[in-house]
Amino acid sequence: MNAVTPKRASDASANGMIRFVLDGEIVELRDVDPTRTVLQFLREDLGRTGTKEGCAEGDCGACTVVLAELDRNGTGLSIRAVNSCIQFLPTLDGKELITVESLDQRGTRPHPVQQAMVDHHGSQCGFCTPGFVMSLFALYKSQSEPSRRDIDDALAGNLCRCTGYRPIVAAASAMYDMPAADDDWLRQPYGSDQATADRVERLRRIARDGSLELHGGKRHFHAPRTIDELAGLLDAHPEATILAGGTDIGLWVTKQYRELETLVYVGEVEGLATISESDTHLEIGGAATFSDAMPAIIRHYPLLDELFRRFASPPIRNTGTLGGNVANGSPIGDSMPALMAAEASLVIRSSRGSREIALDDFYHDYQVNDLRPGEFIERIRLPLPGPGASLRCYKLSKRFDQDISAVCAAYRLELEDECVKSIRIACGGLAATVRRAIHCEQAMTGQPWTEDTIAKGMAAFAKDFEPITDMRASAAYRLQSGQNLLRRLYLETRGELTQSVYLYGRHG
Amino acid sequence: MDATAKHARKAAVGKALPHDSAHLHVSGRAAYTDDLPEPRDLLHVAVGMSSKAHARLRAIDLSDVLAADGVVDVCVAADIPGENNCGPIVHDEQIFATDTVEYAGQAIFAVAATTVEQARKAVRLARIDYEELEPILDPLTAVEKGSFVLPGEILARGDAAAAIREAPHRLRRRITLGGQDQFYLEGHISMCIPQEDNGLLVYSSTQHPDEVQHLVANATDRAAKDVVCICRRMGGAFGGKESQAATIACIAALMTVKTGRPCKLRLDRDVDMIMTGKRHDFVVDYDVGFDETGRIRGIDFTFASRCGISADLSGPVNDRMMFHCDNAYFLENVNIESHRCKTNTVSNTAFRGFGGPQGMFAIEHAIDDIARTLGVDPLDVRRRNFYGIGERDVTQYGQVVEDNILDLIADKLEAGADYRTRRAAIREFNRSSTVLKRGIALTPVKFGISFTSTHLNQAGALVHVYRDGTVHLNHGGTEMGQGLLIKVAQVVADELGVLVSAIRINAADTSKVPNASATAASSGSDMNGKAAQLAARKIRNRLTEFAARHFSVNESTVDFSAGRVSIGDEDLDFAKLVQLAWFDRVSLSATGFYRTPKINYDRSTGSGRPFFYFAYGAAVSEVVVDTLTGENRILRVDIVHDCGDSLNPAMDLGQVEGGFVQGAGWLTSEELWWNDAGELQTHAPSTYKIPTCSDLAPEFNVTLLENAANREDTIYRSKAVGEPPLMLAISVFHAIRDAIATNGNPLPALDAPATPEAVLRAIEGAGP
Repeated sequence: MNAVTPKRASDASANGMIRFVLDGEIVELRDVDPTRTVLQFLREDLGRTGTKEGCAEGDCGACTVVLAELDRNGTGLSIRAVNSCIQFLPTLDGKELITVESLDQRGTRPHPVQQAMVDHHGSQCGFCTPGFVMSLFALYKSQSEPSRRDIDDALAGNLCRCTGYRPIVAAASAMYDMPAADDDWLRQPYGSDQATADRVERLRRIARDGSLELHGGKRHFHAPRTIDELAGLLDAHPEATILAGGTDIGLWVTKQYRELETLVYVGEVEGLATISESDTHLEIGGAATFSDAMPAIIRHYPLLDELFRRFASPPIRNTGTLGGNVANGSPIGDSMPALMAAEASLVIRSSRGSREIALDDFYHDYQVNDLRPGEFIERIRLPLPGPGASLRCYKLSKRFDQDISAVCAAYRLELEDECVKSIRIACGGLAATVRRAIHCEQAMTGQPWTEDTIAKGMAAFAKDFEPITDMRASAAYRLQSGQNLLRRLYLETRGELTQSVYLYGRHG
Repeated sequence: MDATAKHARKAAVGKALPHDSAHLHVSGRAAYTDDLPEPRDLLHVAVGMSSKAHARLRAIDLSDVLAADGVVDVCVAADIPGENNCGPIVHDEQIFATDTVEYAGQAIFAVAATTVEQARKAVRLARIDYEELEPILDPLTAVEKGSFVLPGEILARGDAAAAIREAPHRLRRRITLGGQDQFYLEGHISMCIPQEDNGLLVYSSTQHPDEVQHLVANATDRAAKDVVCICRRMGGAFGGKESQAATIACIAALMTVKTGRPCKLRLDRDVDMIMTGKRHDFVVDYDVGFDETGRIRGIDFTFASRCGISADLSGPVNDRMMFHCDNAYFLENVNIESHRCKTNTVSNTAFRGFGGPQGMFAIEHAIDDIARTLGVDPLDVRRRNFYGIGERDVTQYGQVVEDNILDLIADKLEAGADYRTRRAAIREFNRSSTVLKRGIALTPVKFGISFTSTHLNQAGALVHVYRDGTVHLNHGGTEMGQGLLIKVAQVVADELGVLVSAIRINAADTSKVPNASATAASSGSDMNGKAAQLAARKIRNRLTEFAARHFSVNESTVDFSAGRVSIGDEDLDFAKLVQLAWFDRVSLSATGFYRTPKINYDRSTGSGRPFFYFAYGAAVSEVVVDTLTGENRILRVDIVHDCGDSLNPAMDLGQVEGGFVQGAGWLTSEELWWNDAGELQTHAPSTYKIPTCSDLAPEFNVTLLENAANREDTIYRSKAVGEPPLMLAISVFHAIRDAIATNGNPLPALDAPATPEAVLRAIEGAGP
């Protein structure tokens, strides 16, 4: 066992070393293995076994921990739940790590979240419980009166096999009723959490000015701070793996046991996570997380709300990036159909300069895209909706929350005088890449917006795709449901279908 | 006459106390097997699995494995000092394959290394030369080819064929019904530590420490006395750790014996799901004759279940299926044929309900079809076929249903859930809604309680009272989250008249309580509660006898309550009395032993009383279905469930709610999918979808039936609750059928699980 002794902070913001806060102490680790996960560190090195491994792929939430970091202004804290099983240890640099043990360090006074879980019988076997407690803690610190739907969303990344969730939902509502007046920030619910000064100060103390480099054994980790530096690094190490949220790359290590020699982490690059807006476009930095990008997108494209709520889970959205989803280019990635239908483009950057490419042209084949060695996605350019056009996206999967699509279809439709002025349709799950349904678009463009046109569109849709059969759905279902979704689109635009099964009967 | 036979006062029993470990669960301080301190020199083990569904092993070359970083040793079949077997009943399953592999995922060898990662990386370096053989990948092909793990069984009464022939109506159809992975959050794990003089100490996440002890002894060429198995708690089990844990423990123990060092084997999620057994999937053919009112005249079932490569627990699982394909209904003329199919897939095993869900699914499907054929409310047909009271009350295996409360529960639920009004409103809604259709169904549950193998219905307990008046409690039952340990502690607290906080609940330990049955068949609190009560009673009797003697009063004046003892005019602390008793050399330790009364079953005649009693319940579920995509969602659930006089209503409510949601997952989103090569492709939560929080119905009303004392003399007249509620979820499946049926497709051919794809197929299909 590689025992690591947490050390007191020195003043050096040195390379070869990461620093983070744990239970009020600054932990310094030298030359850590860049692909060691936070979960391995907690369980194996520190013997903090409260955090559990349930799946090692970020899908069950038993390993959930919370990260606190300085907010954009550097004056407050932003907190988020993450999956420690696929979070690489160096990404903790400059942050505070909060685990289930942190909430009641001496084991003498349960945290309100913990007490509510006990009072409402929210645990049975107890193995998923620390993860639920941490997701609830993140909710406790980020919202004051969550609705049932907010609670569902907050817990979408945590699986419980025993309780059926009812008592956990009850605990989520009751945790705010526990005695709250307390000078401990951890126990102060959202809205009354004042005692942040100490924490902010500690994080400022370990804030890094320059870039970070780690060389642990055969593996190398770089966390550049500027876009130019990033470009230079990728030029020097064209074989390097670009690490953003790591919600996929984490699995290369924990599931496939791949050796990643050089990692270039984009999470600390200034300006790469920026979201800005011009008159014509929303510009989303390549390293912006889903949690940050979603609200900006939904503000302009409100009908994407359901898609984004169902996109993975909060811990994944808190670390996973839109740019990573696009670059990864899975045929069942859920952000690309909507982006493609909306005519998004990518600004691609390297040390040689930058270029822009339409998302339409980005994917060449299964897991083959247009990125050349040394290039990265600097930002995603999403056109703002024009007048008269609407963007809708439908996701079909076996389970509503935190599932991977069997089919994901997005439509940008512009009607004029009851006729289809333009339509762009992009689908995932139907081919080796996310791509457009060109035949279908052509069959409907210029046609009257009627059942008859939909029927033509559905027939043409069959010419666009030859899907495969796998564990998520058969080829027949993918094609048929893809065709039927055109009818859903039609009925929705005509106001004849106003509710989805997903939201039916659910309030808040 | 036993002076303390007057019933102990219920002080703790019946209270909704929290789980004994709740405060540890929420703080991360509850230790699971992987959280135990690791001994010095611990090695980590990984398993090398077959990549082929059926093949002869021509050569196994592990030289690269041995040469890999950190690897200390490997273990193959030839290294096993004892018997190469982990079959719990029939010795037909190898720990490591020898000549042939029979499923993709079968263990061939193991490797021990310094770290987990090293071991897991190393197994991938094995070079195994396979000569591929034709696999059998589904139950129907197995039936065709005569491939079975056990001989078929037939259970019959009356003349089904004639009754069907002569009935006014007849319906024949085939249904398919998927399996289910247990998906306990804590995967299989075992840590084995060598002890002096060839002893082995095994920490195992197991429902059956006794079986782990015996199979480990058998594999390592030791006697049971040389092996101790301990389990404090499991992170979920659901039947998946009844027999399957032994394989994992055997591999860890074999590695320990070979290396002389402590060894831990923890399966990662994918290996766990690929290598270990699940709920049996079935193909069922039925042929039913019925009259105009929907009453069944005769029914013939043929069940083909996927057992996988070995018998494991498939015999009793299929037996229980045959005992439950009546569910709540009197089947006067019935013929049940059960094929136990051998397939080249993982050996299927126990899962909450243990065949009961599959049998009940079949009869509920038949009843639903009858109602839809006749165009009447399925609830009417259900009720018309219910077992009677005093007539029509004998099961197909000859047991009289003496405790029938089906009508009582159905009445309560029908009224409480406003079933008829809502059903009418839903029909009205469906007339105007073209895409979204709603559906509703009420289904009952009658579930037999006891192991169907009579000899397993025994339990032991060990209670010590220490000089300070505190209590040490052991019994053969294991804790997997169901709240067994707190329930038994409540029983012991009341028997001794002490507070629950005075009792230390201890791990299941084969050196404390020997020969314990698996904690399974919902029997945990029934049996261990009684055994612990008897142990505590012995001590109480001794204390009573001593107190009467010491204070010169009559034994009838001695009363124990809330940590105090009143003895005639004296009133003193329990601890004080215990101290006095110790000084007087009174034994303060006792064992208790319980055997379930009344039960018997004669396999040769297919008759007897396999069950001590029945547990009942019923549920109404309402769903909405998108007829364009097949997506569906549960909108409202109402449940009335019978727990007898509950030992702990909070724990019982948890079982009912959790069981229902787990059953709903089985019948909707949880799909096991194998490719054409016989490799399971759904082996992680990314591909296998158990319900999440938002799948819980927005309206979920669960009532535990009141004034429902068990008519049999169970522990405080409570009833078992572990398994029965799972089958309440059959109502969800029929609510979905109801929604589809109102879409102009009266007899939808809906396969389980009702994934969006299955639902859309049923909507588009023309019926059976």
